Amino acid sequence: MEPQVSPEAPQRQTMAVDVACVGFGPAAAGFLTTLARRLAATDLPALESAATPGAPLQVVCYERADDLGFGVSGVVTRGRGLRAAFPGLDPAQIPMAAPVREEKVLYLLDPVGASRRSATLRAADAALRALRAVLPVEAHALELPWTPAFLHKRDGFVFSMGQLMQWMGAQVMSTGAVQIWPGTPVAEALFEGSGVAGVRLLDQGVDRRGRPEGAYLPGLDVRAALTVVADGPVGAIGRQLDEVLGMPAGHARRDWAVGMKLVVDLPEDTPLRPGTVLHTFGFPEPEIFGFLYVHPDRVASVGIFVPSWFESPARTTYRYLQHYVQHPYLWRWLEGARLRSWGAKSILESGRRAEPLLAGDGFARIGEGSGSTNVLTSSGVDEAFTSGVLLGEAVIALAEGRRPFTRENLLASYAARRRASWIEAEGRVAERARDGFQRGVVSGLVGMALAGLTRGKLALGEEPPHPAEKLGSLEAFYEGKIPAEEIERIRRACAAQGVPLHDALMDRAGWPPIALDGKLLVTHQDALLVGGKVQAPPGYADHVTFARPELCRACRARACVEICSAEALRPGEDGVPTFDREKCVHCGACCWSCSQRLDGTDRVNLQLRAGTGGLHSAEN
Amino acid sequence: MTAGYQIVVLGSVVPDPLQTLEPVATPQGPALKNEAMLPAVLDPWAAHALFEAANLAAKVPGSKVTLVSLGPKAKLQQVMMAVAQKVPLELVALDGPAGGFTDAHEVAVRLAAAVKALPGLDRGRLLLFGGWESASRGAGVTLQLVGERLEIHDQFQGVDQIAVQAGGALEILERVEGGKHQVSVVAGPPAVLGWATGSLPEPKNNPQIGMANMRQVMPALQRAPAAPVGTAGVEFLSVAVPKAQRETRIVKDASPDEIARELVEWISQD
Repeated sequence: MEPQVSPEAPQRQTMAVDVACVGFGPAAAGFLTTLARRLAATDLPALESAATPGAPLQVVCYERADDLGFGVSGVVTRGRGLRAAFPGLDPAQIPMAAPVREEKVLYLLDPVGASRRSATLRAADAALRALRAVLPVEAHALELPWTPAFLHKRDGFVFSMGQLMQWMGAQVMSTGAVQIWPGTPVAEALFEGSGVAGVRLLDQGVDRRGRPEGAYLPGLDVRAALTVVADGPVGAIGRQLDEVLGMPAGHARRDWAVGMKLVVDLPEDTPLRPGTVLHTFGFPEPEIFGFLYVHPDRVASVGIFVPSWFESPARTTYRYLQHYVQHPYLWRWLEGARLRSWGAKSILESGRRAEPLLAGDGFARIGEGSGSTNVLTSSGVDEAFTSGVLLGEAVIALAEGRRPFTRENLLASYAARRRASWIEAEGRVAERARDGFQRGVVSGLVGMALAGLTRGKLALGEEPPHPAEKLGSLEAFYEGKIPAEEIERIRRACAAQGVPLHDALMDRAGWPPIALDGKLLVTHQDALLVGGKVQAPPGYADHVTFARPELCRACRARACVEICSAEALRPGEDGVPTFDREKCVHCGACCWSCSQRLDGTDRVNLQLRAGTGGLHSAEN
Repeated sequence: MTAGYQIVVLGSVVPDPLQTLEPVATPQGPALKNEAMLPAVLDPWAAHALFEAANLAAKVPGSKVTLVSLGPKAKLQQVMMAVAQKVPLELVALDGPAGGFTDAHEVAVRLAAAVKALPGLDRGRLLLFGGWESASRGAGVTLQLVGERLEIHDQFQGVDQIAVQAGGALEILERVEGGKHQVSVVAGPPAVLGWATGSLPEPKNNPQIGMANMRQVMPALQRAPAAPVGTAGVEFLSVAVPKAQRETRIVKDASPDEIARELVEWISQD
C-alpha cells in the first residue's frame, strides 16, 4: 500500500539497471560468480548495457540483512557445484571450512522419558536398551551400522554458511563487475502485465505502520530488464510472484522445517576432529532431527530441525534445542562449551514439488525458493548455488546473442539448462521421498529408504496437506500426559502472564528445567544478544502483521508465538500476538506455522513482508 | 570560499561493536581472536566525521569528500558496501592492518603520505576530518599526528559542530568539561577537526549514491598499495579487553527514572 505523504515529502526516485538480483544467498552467489567472471573477462567482447549505453552490463544485488553472510544454516555439502565453479577449492582459504572426515547417523534414545513416543518406538527403545551389550549403543544412542549412500556427504565439506557467503561475496565484488548492497530489503516486484519490470526497495523513515516520519525516504524503484529472484524460501518477492502468477499445476509449498543452530567453542581437550559430522534423530522428540558438525579450531555447529508435520502447536525450537545439546551422547563433548553464535532459518522441504514458475517476462527464479532443495539427500546449498550458475550461463548466452529477457528466451536458456541438470534428475528421485512422514516417523524413514534405494520409483505415504492441516491440538499431543482441564488452566495462566505456553507444558510433561550455565545454556534472549547479536535499524515498518485480527482472537493454537525463534511474537492482551521488530531474525517459521488460512487459499492470516535487521553474526 | 572545501576524512574499520572480542597472542604480536571472521564497520567516530563532512560538502558548492582508509582490503571492501550507500565520497585505500595493535606513528606516516599525494591537493581548501576517539585505539592520536606531518597547526578535538561564517571563517564547537562547548573561530582551511559524535543522524541508505560511489570505490580498492604498518619495536606486556558483565532483561516502556535507579543499583554491586 502506498503510504500517505505530504506534498513536500521526497518523491520516489527511479533508477535503471540491466539485472537486479533479490537476495544474496548461495544461489545469487552462483549466479553472480558466473556473470561477474564473464563481465570481467578482457579476452571476450564486452556485454553492453541497455540501461546505461556505452557501459558494461549493470548488475546489482540487494540483500536484506545488514551484511553479507548474516543468515544461518548448518552446512555439510558434497559441494559438487562449488567445486565445479571453484576448481581446486581449498577449504583452508575459507574460515571454518573443513573436509568431511567422519560421518555417523545416530538414533538417540530418550534418557529423560519426556518425549512423546509411539508404542512402536517405545518397544524398539526397550529392545535396544536390553541388547546394548551386543549392539553399538553408547551413551543412550545407537550408531546405525549402515546408511544408504544417498545420505552420505563423505567427499564433501563442512562450512559456516556465513563465512562461505562472505568469502564468495568478496570473490564476486573483487571483480568490480557487479555491486552487492546489504541492508537493502526489496519491498516488492514491479509488475507490468504478467512480467516483472524491476523491484521497489523498502521505504525508509517510516513508523511501525509504514507511515512517513521526519526522515522519510521512499524506496527507490529499480527498473531492470531482468529481475533475479533469489530471496530464499520465505522471501517476500518470491511469495509475491507465487501469489500474483500462481504455482504450476500440482506444485505447492507444503512441507517446512525450521532449523536452529548454536555455534560453539568446544572445550580445549575436545577429542572431536574437524570434519566430524553427526546426523541424529529420535530426540528430543522423534520428529526432531539434529546435527553436529565440527569446524577447525575447536568450533562446532550443533542444531535441530522442527518440521511442519510435528503436530504439537507448542513447537518451541529453542527449548528443544537446549534439551538436545544435553543428550548424553552430545553432552560429553558439549559440557563446558561456550556459545559463539546462534540463529534460525526456515527450510522449504517440499523440494521440487515447490518449484514455482522458473521464469517469465523479465524474471527468473533460483535457489531454495525455486524448489532446488533435495529433500532426500538433505542437501540444499550446493543445489541452490548450481541453480544460480545455470541462470548465469543462460543470461550470458542471451546477452551475447543480444536477445531480450523474455519468458520464451529464459525458458529456452535457463529452464532448459535446469531440466538437463543433476538438480532436476536428483530432485525427481527425491520428489516423494518424504511423504511417509505424514504418517509418522517410522513410515517416513522407511519411505525415504524406499525412495532412495529405488531411485524414486517407490515411496510411502501421501502428498502433504497445507501445514495448517497438520497442526494438532495441545490436548491430543499431550493426551495421557497432561489432562485437558490442566492444559486449559495452563493456557489461562500463561495468557495472564503474557508468555507462550511451551515452557509450562514441557515442564509439566516431565522435561527437566534448564540449568543455565551462562556459557552454552543461556536464556533465549541471551542467545539473541550474545549469539545472534540481533538488532534492527530504526525507521522501518513492522514486517509481521495480521490481516484479520479476529482470526487471531479465535485461534487456539497460536503456533506462531510458540515457534517464534526469537520471542519476537508474544501473546497480546487482546488475543492478537504482538510483534517486536527488533528481535526478529527473519526465520519465517511464523509464516508457515500460522493455522488461519484465508478464504480457503494457501495464504494465511500472518502477513510476512520484507524487513530489515536480524542476525549480526557471520559465523553461522 | 568559492571553490569549495577539500575535505579529507581519515578512518578505517573496526569489528562490529556487537561482536565478542578476545585478545590472543600471535607470532606477529597481539591480535583479536577470529578478527578476520568478524563483521566489521567503519569506526563509529570516523563515521560521524564522514557524515559531518558530507553535510558540510553539501552546503558548500564545489566541495569534495575523500575518505582515506588504511585497513585490510577485503574488510574495506566489505564495509564500503554499507558506507558507500550513505554519502557521496571518493575512496583512497591503503591495504594494511587496522586495529588497536598498530603503531599510531607508523599509521600516521602512511596516511599523511596518502593525503599529500591526493591529486590537486590545495592546502587553502583542505579540512582534515577524523575521529576524536577510535573504537580500536582509545587515544585517537593518529589524526593529530597526521595533522602535524602535514604542518596543519589549527587542530580541534572533540568537535561537535562546524559552521561557515559569512567571510569564510569557521566557527567550531569543541567539547569541554561539564557538558559545555568551547567556541573557536578559525580564519579558514587548513584545519584538523577530530569529531566527537556531532549531531547528525546516520544517513539513510541511498542506492543511487551507492551506484555512483562504487564506480570509483572498486578501482580504488583494486589499486590499494600495501601499507604494512606494524608494531616493530613495541613490546606488549599484557593485553586485555575491558571486563564485561552482562545481565540481560528485556523491558519495554520503563521510565528513565526507573532505568537510572536500576543502573545505579547494578553498578553499586561491584
